[in-house]
Amino acid sequence: MTTTLDKSAFDTPGRGRGLLDVFKYRYLLRLLISKGSSLRYRNSVLGWLWSYVRPTVQFLIYFLVIGQILGLHSRIESYPIYMFSGLVVVNLFNESIGATTRSIVENKALVCKIYLPRELFPISAVIGSFIHFLPQLAVLLIVCVLFGWLPTFTSVGLMLGGLLLVLLFVLGVGLLFSAINVRFRDAQNFIEIIRTIATWSSPIMYTWVMVHDHLTHHLWIFNAFMSNPITVAVEMFHQGMWAPVVPASKRLGWPPDFGWIVLAAVVIIVLVTLIGQLVFRRFERTFAQDL
Amino acid sequence: MTVYTTRSSLHAAQAQQPAIVLDHVSKWFNKRSTRSFKDTLINWLKREPVRSQQFQALKDVSFSIAEGECVAVMGLNGSGKSTTLKVVSGVLRPDDGEVLTRGRVAGLIEVGAGFHPDLTGRENVFLNAAILGMSEKETKERFDEIVAFSEIGDFIDQEVKHYSSGMFMRLAFSVAIHVELDVLLVDEVLSVGDAPFRAKCNAKLKEMAGQGITMMIVSHSASQVKELCSRGIVIRKGEVVFDGPIDDALRVLEGN
Repeated sequence: MTTTLDKSAFDTPGRGRGLLDVFKYRYLLRLLISKGSSLRYRNSVLGWLWSYVRPTVQFLIYFLVIGQILGLHSRIESYPIYMFSGLVVVNLFNESIGATTRSIVENKALVCKIYLPRELFPISAVIGSFIHFLPQLAVLLIVCVLFGWLPTFTSVGLMLGGLLLVLLFVLGVGLLFSAINVRFRDAQNFIEIIRTIATWSSPIMYTWVMVHDHLTHHLWIFNAFMSNPITVAVEMFHQGMWAPVVPASKRLGWPPDFGWIVLAAVVIIVLVTLIGQLVFRRFERTFAQDL
Repeated sequence: MTVYTTRSSLHAAQAQQPAIVLDHVSKWFNKRSTRSFKDTLINWLKREPVRSQQFQALKDVSFSIAEGECVAVMGLNGSGKSTTLKVVSGVLRPDDGEVLTRGRVAGLIEVGAGFHPDLTGRENVFLNAAILGMSEKETKERFDEIVAFSEIGDFIDQEVKHYSSGMFMRLAFSVAIHVELDVLLVDEVLSVGDAPFRAKCNAKLKEMAGQGITMMIVSHSASQVKELCSRGIVIRKGEVVFDGPIDDALRVLEGN
């Protein structure tokens, strides 16, 4: 039928370039993000105040139970700051991984009816969660400043580095699970388990030194534990926010071989993102008929 | 993905080239027999099918639509006409064969899909224009035109959930129709609003056809199709059974 057709002038509908397409759709991405954040607290009396209330309550409970009752207060200097600086990192991960996993299913109406690069939805979920996380970060910074923290090049750099690691990791994991969630809603439940693991497998309530002491004969387990990108980010926050406000003798110092551990975390992130993107593209073809 | 070429340059360079090509397109859907492990086990015990079964929605569909042509795709419910449209818009990917389009394609497929009830009319206009591929600048330039066409007036700054269903559809349709495009896909939208607004929409579509925009229309309304299209494609059970002049196509359709 079309033997003489010059195909170069044509497009194949429905085929995008994955994550790269997002740069071309910056304007739409911006609108999707602002839609998400302006709808977040629509019809709620407290509105954005919820962004402060939830972490505060969570903080108080952990502080009372783990710090006072279980007694970590006496073992770790400035325990509230130690805990809170780790907790915000895990909160960012937990919040954004949930939002990202649900992102395709929640935008069902659009996905089924109009073609857009579908990667836009997980990405706008990640960025939206990050915006939502900023109040928590502000609270942390204010508390730290009250305890005598001063922003230095290193401490701010560590903080930004930690945030970047978490966000990139979430994007990779989120691409994977948002795609799987379309066909198997089990992903949503599975993510709940991941959130619990993320909360307890990073040294927020305890310290890496305690883990190290238990694993002196199995250092590879310790290294595996530390290579978790969230754990690396938590440690970066500890070093950037908590360490400067406690006396030098009480600091924990860097875990051994931290440079290699960071490298391992980066490799994990790259691998997860590649797998996530591949699975996403594989599943994307049938999004509209599976939803 | 979209080629941002102006319509005039397209005309000059490739006037003889088609705007939409479907080349031996087939599409299957899965009919799942089981929804969970529990179902699988029960069906297995009952000796009922466990694996998903396939249902062919499009069978080797081939046609091409020339630039500026206005074609109606007709058929009974479930014949595969909406699937055809979705394959062209890119929402569905064909399992076999190839679909090619040229220029900027936008669809009046289920207008208002991107509308959010909790956003105001104004916010929704910008969001939907962006979803349909318009830039911020283009939207701003056409904003007044969009609002005027929709006859929404002062309600534009109200939340869309307070709109009547007619107002909602009018605004959604107005956004879709003001998108800068080369190919327009229309799916059963012209049941929009009351008779005067419908007439206005038909007039607008006619005007767009006159401007050389390629159109592919799925409709049940014989009178509308007759007015806009010169060619009709009849699909029955996923196969093209007729492709030719609109009057003959309507006759074939009635013969069903």
